[in-house]
Order: sequence, then C-alpha cells, then structure tokens
Amino acid sequence: MADSGVTDGAVGKDGIQQAKIEGKELTKEEKQRLRKEKKQQKKNKEKNDENASKESEEKPVSAAAPTPTQSSQKAPSAVPAPASLPVPASEPQPAKSKADMKAERRARQESERASKKKGGAGQPAATGKAKVAPSELQPVVKRLPEHVQVDNPEVLKKLAKKLEKQQIPLRLDYGHKVSLFSHLHQYSRRAPLTQQIGIPSTVIHPAIVRLGLQYSQGIVAGSNARSVALLHAFKQVIRDYTTPPNEELSRDLVNKLKPYISFLNQCRPLSASMGNAIKYIKKEISNIPSQYREEEAKSKLLSCIERYIDENIILAAKAIAKSSIEKISDGDVILVYGCSSLVNHILCEAFEKKKFRVIVVDSRPRLEGREALRRLVQRGISCTYVLISAVSYILPEVSKVFLGAHALLANGYVMSRVGTSQIALVAKAFNVPVLVCCETYKFCERVQTDSFVSNELDDPDDLIVTRKGRTQLEHWQEVPSLGLLNLVYDVTPPDFVDLVITDLGMIPCTSVPVVLRVKNVDQ
Amino acid sequence: MELQAVLMAAGGGSRMTDLTYNTPKPMLPVGNKPLMWYPLNLLERVGFEEVIVITTKEVQKMMSTDPKMKPDVKMKLDVVCIQEDGDMGTADALRHIHSKIKTDVLVVSCDLITDVALHEVVDLFRAHNATLAMLMRKAHEFTETIPGQKGKKKTAEQRDFVGVDESGERLLFMANEADLEDGLSIRKSIMRKHPRMHIKTGLVDAHLYCLKKEVLDFLADNKSISSIRGELVPYLVRKQFSKTINCPNIKDDADDQNLKTKDGSTNQELLISSRDEPLLQLAQERSCWNDHRGDMSVAYHGGKLRCYVHIMDEGLCYRVNTLAAYIDTNRLVSLTPPKLFEEPAVHSTAVISERCQMGSDSIIGAMCQVADKTSIKRSTIGNSTTVKERVKVTNSIIMHGVTIEEGCNIQGSVICSNAVIGRGADLKHCLVGNGQRIEPEAERTNEVIVGTDQLMEI
Repeated sequence: MADSGVTDGAVGKDGIQQAKIEGKELTKEEKQRLRKEKKQQKKNKEKNDENASKESEEKPVSAAAPTPTQSSQKAPSAVPAPASLPVPASEPQPAKSKADMKAERRARQESERASKKKGGAGQPAATGKAKVAPSELQPVVKRLPEHVQVDNPEVLKKLAKKLEKQQIPLRLDYGHKVSLFSHLHQYSRRAPLTQQIGIPSTVIHPAIVRLGLQYSQGIVAGSNARSVALLHAFKQVIRDYTTPPNEELSRDLVNKLKPYISFLNQCRPLSASMGNAIKYIKKEISNIPSQYREEEAKSKLLSCIERYIDENIILAAKAIAKSSIEKISDGDVILVYGCSSLVNHILCEAFEKKKFRVIVVDSRPRLEGREALRRLVQRGISCTYVLISAVSYILPEVSKVFLGAHALLANGYVMSRVGTSQIALVAKAFNVPVLVCCETYKFCERVQTDSFVSNELDDPDDLIVTRKGRTQLEHWQEVPSLGLLNLVYDVTPPDFVDLVITDLGMIPCTSVPVVLRVKNVDQ
Repeated sequence: MELQAVLMAAGGGSRMTDLTYNTPKPMLPVGNKPLMWYPLNLLERVGFEEVIVITTKEVQKMMSTDPKMKPDVKMKLDVVCIQEDGDMGTADALRHIHSKIKTDVLVVSCDLITDVALHEVVDLFRAHNATLAMLMRKAHEFTETIPGQKGKKKTAEQRDFVGVDESGERLLFMANEADLEDGLSIRKSIMRKHPRMHIKTGLVDAHLYCLKKEVLDFLADNKSISSIRGELVPYLVRKQFSKTINCPNIKDDADDQNLKTKDGSTNQELLISSRDEPLLQLAQERSCWNDHRGDMSVAYHGGKLRCYVHIMDEGLCYRVNTLAAYIDTNRLVSLTPPKLFEEPAVHSTAVISERCQMGSDSIIGAMCQVADKTSIKRSTIGNSTTVKERVKVTNSIIMHGVTIEEGCNIQGSVICSNAVIGRGADLKHCLVGNGQRIEPEAERTNEVIVGTDQLMEI
C-alpha cells in the first residue's frame, strides 16, 4: 500500500503532500527509511547540485534498508528538496549525484572509523557501527555500553576528564594484572574510594556514598541485592531532592543522578540488573509531565520504584518458584552452585511441597556457598557441601542442576559467577539437566561469547590465605613473573543449558532475544 | 548533609591543674598552637566546612580577642557557650545543642592530637549502618620525666576493658575497672553470638565518636546520662545485645540499676530504624554476605544497633589530658612539625642572632628574640618570648611572653606564660606557673612553682 502511494509520480510538492496523506498508512519500516533519508538530505544540503536526476538506484550501504520505493521517485530540483525537509512525510529523492556524495561520505566514514579504531576510542567506534547498520535500529535507539579499555591511555584520559567534570575521584588500579585481562580495572579493597572524597560528602548524596562503600566491601553482593539497594538509595536521593529554580525536575534530576552512577561504577562496576534499573528510572524521570508539581512528581517516582521492585523482583521470584516446583520431583538430588538468592528462594519454597536433598558446590575465594548452605539448612533441607574440585565426583548422584544467573545475554549465553560454566559443562558430560533461573529484568542486550572481553576483576589479595601462621603469597607483587587473577564472572554457552525459568515462563536459552524484543515493544 | 562536627572544648583539664589554672585547657599551647587547633585542623583537612564548638565564655573571649591564641582555621566555627561550673558532662552538652543537630554527628574532644585517616572510622559508620563508631589506639608509654614528680610513679589509672570480635572492628564489651567490683562478667548472649572475643586493656580512647541522630534524640529524652564516654558508650555497647522489651531480665550488670527503671521506657526510644525499612531488609536478605559464620543467624545476628571501633596500629593519637601527655606531645610535635602543620619550625618574625645554636627539632614562635650564645635544643619557645645571652634551654617547653635572663640553664621544664626567669637560674624538671618570677641564681630541681592562690584551689 505504501508503494502505491509513493509511486504516484510524486514530484516536488505534490509528491510530498500525497506521501503525507499516505503517511499514516506507512509502516514503521517505511517511516524509518524516510527518516533516514531526511537525515541524509540534510547532510547533502551543501552539496546540492542542480541535476535533477531520475536514477537514484544507487542507494548507499549506509542506508542499508533497501528502499525500492524511493528509487522510483522522481527527483525534482535539489533546491526545493531541502525546503521540503521539515515535512515529516516522505520526500522525493534528491539529485542523482547524491549517490556519488553518499559514496564519498561512506568512504570518509570508513577512513574515520579506521583511524578511530587505531586510536582505540571505543565509544566513537561503537557509534560508528551504529551509523553503519541503522536497519537494525529498533524504534528506541539503544546506546551500546562503553567498552572498558584500561590499557588504552586515551580512553583512560577521557574517563578521567569525565570524572573530573562530575567531581568524582578516579580510583586507581592496584597490582600487576594478568596480560589477558589488562583491559579491565582491578581495585584493592583496602583503598576505598572514600579515601579521596571529603567527609562529609557534599557532592555525592550520603546514601550513595554508603551504597558505594557497601558494594566495594562486598556487604551488598548478588545481582538482586545490589539492584534493590540501588533503588533504595535512589529513593532517598529523590526524597532529598529539591528542584533548583529555573530548572525542570525531569531534566535536572537525571543530571543529578549521573555523577552518582559514575561514583557507584568506580566503587564496583555496575551489574546488568543495575543497568536495567537505572535505565528504567531515567526513563520514568524524563517522562514526568512538566505540569506536575514537585511533590507529586516525587511521589510518583517513589511509587514507580516500589512497583518496579515488586513486579520484577518479588513477584517474579514467586512466579519462578511456582514454575520450578513443577520441575522438581520427590527424591531429587539438586545441585546448586554458590549463593543465588533466587535459587535459595525456590528451594525453600519447594521444600514445603516436595522432598529432595541439595548438594551445595562452593569455590574460593568467595566461598559464598557457605551462606547458601546456612540458609538451606536453617530451612531444614538436608545438604551436602563440596568444593568445585569435587564436582565430577559428586555428579553421578545428582539428578538436576539449578543455577542462578547474573545476566542473560542476547545470544543466549548465561553470565554468572565464575565456575558456573564449569559446572554446566560437567553436568552436560554426565547428561544431567541444567536449569537456569533468571528474572527477565536481568536480560541484557549485550552479546558475548567468551569470558575475556567483558568481566570484572576482584581484589587479587583475596586469593592470599594464611594457614598455620604462614602466608605464602604475601609478597606476590615482588615476583615479576607472578600474577594473581581473581575473576568474578564467566559465560556459559547455551548448549549446556537445558531450560531457562523466567517469570514469563520456561523458555529455551535461545529465546532470550525474543523476550527482549517483546519487552522493548511493551515499553 | 552527612555528618555534623561537634568539638567539645569545655573541659577543665582536671588532671593537669598546674597548667590549666590560668590558661583553659583548649588554649594550652602545644608546639605554639592552641590545643584546640589540632582537632580543628584534622576536621578541616578532611573536608568539614562547619564545626560546632562547645566551650566556655572564657575560651570564646580568648579565641576572639587574643591574636596569638586564635586558632586560624578556614572553617566556620559556631561557638556555643556553656556554664563553667563543670557540672555539665559531654552528653549534657550534646543535649544542650540538640536543636542544632539535623543529622549524624561526629564528636571530637579538644585535646585530641592525631593524624588518623578519618575515613577509616567514618567508613565503618557508613558501611555497616552503625549506631556508634569510635577510635582507639594502643597506649604509648610516657618516657619523659615529669616535673614535680617525686620518683617514678606508676600511674594507677583505671584501666578500660575493651572487648572486640575476631575482625577487630565490632565492639562487644566496654567497661572501666572502677565499675567492675567483683570481676568481669560477660553476658551469655554475647558469648553465644561471638564465641571469640579479644579483650584489650592497653587502649587509649581517642574520644572521637560518630553517633547516629537517633542517639541524640534518645539523649534528649534521657536526662540521666551525662557523660558520653562514661555512660553513653557503655550503654550503647550493652544495648547491642539486650533482649527486646518482652523479656527485660537484666541481672548481670550492677550499674544498670539506675537505668533499669528507665530501660522499660527507653527500650522503645532507642529504635534505630530508617525509612523504607522493608526495602533495606529485602536487600540484606538477598545479599550473600554475612559478618560471621558458624551459626545459623543472619548478618549482624539481626541486630539493628551496632557499635564499631577502629583501632589504630600506627600513627599519632594522643589525648592531652595529663601533664605527662602534654610534655610528650610537645616533644613529638616539635620533632615532626611538617606532619601536622605547614609552617616552618622557626617563625619568620623571630629574631634570632647568628651565634645561637639551635637544633632542628625546636620550634620558635613569632616575634621571639633570641640573643647570642644561646643553645636551644629539643624545645618549644612560645610567641613573644625573650631569651637573653648565654642561656641553655634543653628539652623544655617555654610558653608565650616569657623572659629568660642571661645565663640561665633550663632543662626538662615547663615554663608557663608571662613568667620571668631571673639571671643565672638553674631549673631542672620544674614547672613554673603562670606569671611567676624565679629569682636570680635560683637552683630548683623537680619542683612545681606556682602562685599561692592556685594552691588554695583544690
């Protein structure tokens, strides 16, 4: 239908008006293409020449979506074409030599991209990539996450400048890093960021300082806990916030939150769940209509936060628990790894209805399994405790494996505590079903196939242990060929995961992008 | 705002009356700066912009009028005066300024000289959402001979028993020897929750406390508590483990008797809670962290009231409340001047003749006049002091406005302000009070020379 409307020999203004009439019938893709064209036309404004060419089949690759309809449009003189730019409907194709100009521009973009890649600035390259493939543009433009590149001094300088502008101190890296992970930050727990900010903190809200400290010391650990604590702190920030004169709450509050988020990022890199929560908050804040008074707006935001937590964490946990109970049968031996709040919740709920026993697998240096063990035993579940080195010994007894996730990536990979992929691999080798439990708010649009590119390095001194008064690794920094690596996360490929239990239902690992798309459309 | 600083500068200096009968304790010169400059400097360095100073009218007058006594800090000082009779304890003073306090407080005593990294104490307060966080340090041995002391007297000061948990941060038990009549009794509930406890006795309390706002509200309602160190801190430490209102059976602690009647009503009042309590609980539940292991309880054993202490291993931390401490700190400050203040050891306006032998570990104040052939070693000379020829000053503290005539020999002594030492006097380990005159050719050893009016002031 769109074709017919546009190919009506639209020339100049007639074409525009007709297209405008038909504009309502254009599909989303058409609208996108037209918007793209408008952008390109704006770029070509200076280079307009008088040739009104009819052939405009040569569309540049940059507008990768093929636009057969536009090629059939007659291009009037280029001069009225820019004049028609403000018209929100489709516009006719401009001069033919536009194609040449587009080619030139493409070439220029490529060269810029190449030079930028050498410089190594991640962000422009990412945006360059975004420009290259706008056909993948969803209705909401997504920004790709910043790539951490600690071994690149230019990126570091940019980061330092940005932090200085926000008046947040830069946290320095500590210790010798293993070369494969030298692009990641490595901080020491004994040098907290609060050393460099004044007491009392005036730039950063005290609730955020407290939160950052709790993150860096590991008092609040675990994906759900971190998100809940973050939202709690944001509630306090919103309560204490007053709009300065001549400012709008919807814009100013978002700007106020940015330095806090940088501060928290410096204390400990943000998790995927936290990132999604922050996105949600920012969206809610920007969507506050300007006629709201301050108290109304604040109470609305506070209730939004409450609702977010209720829906995505509390109710989701209930729903997941209900679905998982169906998957647990009497007499099962369930293996869990580390301390996942969701898996613990599921098992505690399921224990009321079914009879099973649990094997808790734990690993150094965090030894989180001890906490999981405590919670399960307190509930009355009979548990066995092993270290991860014994997992292949214990696996023949196991009937199911329940794993928690830190995030689910868009290509179906599961990002979780380091050691999870090992457990999933061994379980696969023994043909034991692996079930991952994850709420949908932890789904992430990132794509990762290995654990190297994006990870977190914890304090290497955690690996040092003192037994019988002797600390062997005490002077590890003096040995030049020795590096201590304390990874936090790893990714598990979807082939090892049999089922993902989410609050939307039980889905295979590969359906994650579907869920993401559905969620985005909802928003 | 996160923290408000309160400086307690109304203390009388009851343990060093020889020095303080004329000069109030906050104004005693240490390294030529008034004593209260040191905690104020600490607060300023850390980033405070405002301090509430609780002091007496006399000190306030001295601060504003006397230029050499003025503590020059850039912060805004909000001076609150209280009566001088000395019946007002530190907690009473806090109650007095309760209306000014809008957030958590950091209480510092004026006689604290330290270079602690304050963020260590405040981080404990922040991270664990503590009710009380304090600072302590292993006590130093005072080595210098104290003037006026006959023989080596081992000060039988009352010891403090401080119990901390394994990590060395959580405060489990605090009692003074005076309060323990028969022996140290520890509640079973503490032992059940923290089976390993380290009890330390050689610690000096720096009198630096971070208190939550709820504690101040509690103080405002409970007028029976008058001293922070003596009553409030032990009460809070005990309250960490007290049972709830349902079973108020407290049999062990004898000194709980007077508070017991109030306990029924105060139990409800010291409720440490915050808004969005359920959210905080949820975050704590979902977090996979516990502060202890080995038993079945949740983090912090579910207790809301928590007291933490930071025990310094190294670094300076002195409380100048006795004569020995005063002398020692003066010595230390003269040895390490760059640490605590940026001014050079010798003030620019001092007139020092070339033939004077001065060690690098001495401090000379402003507008001094030091004549020829003098020797000054390991000493502190105050402002506007005149030192005539052939004087030997070793290991001494000379305060402001003193005149030392020719040929004197002063060793290990403390000469207070405006004193005059006649020519040829020989003083060893003496304390010369304010405005005193030592006659020429006097030879005094190990004496406290003060005015007769002071002797009456017991």
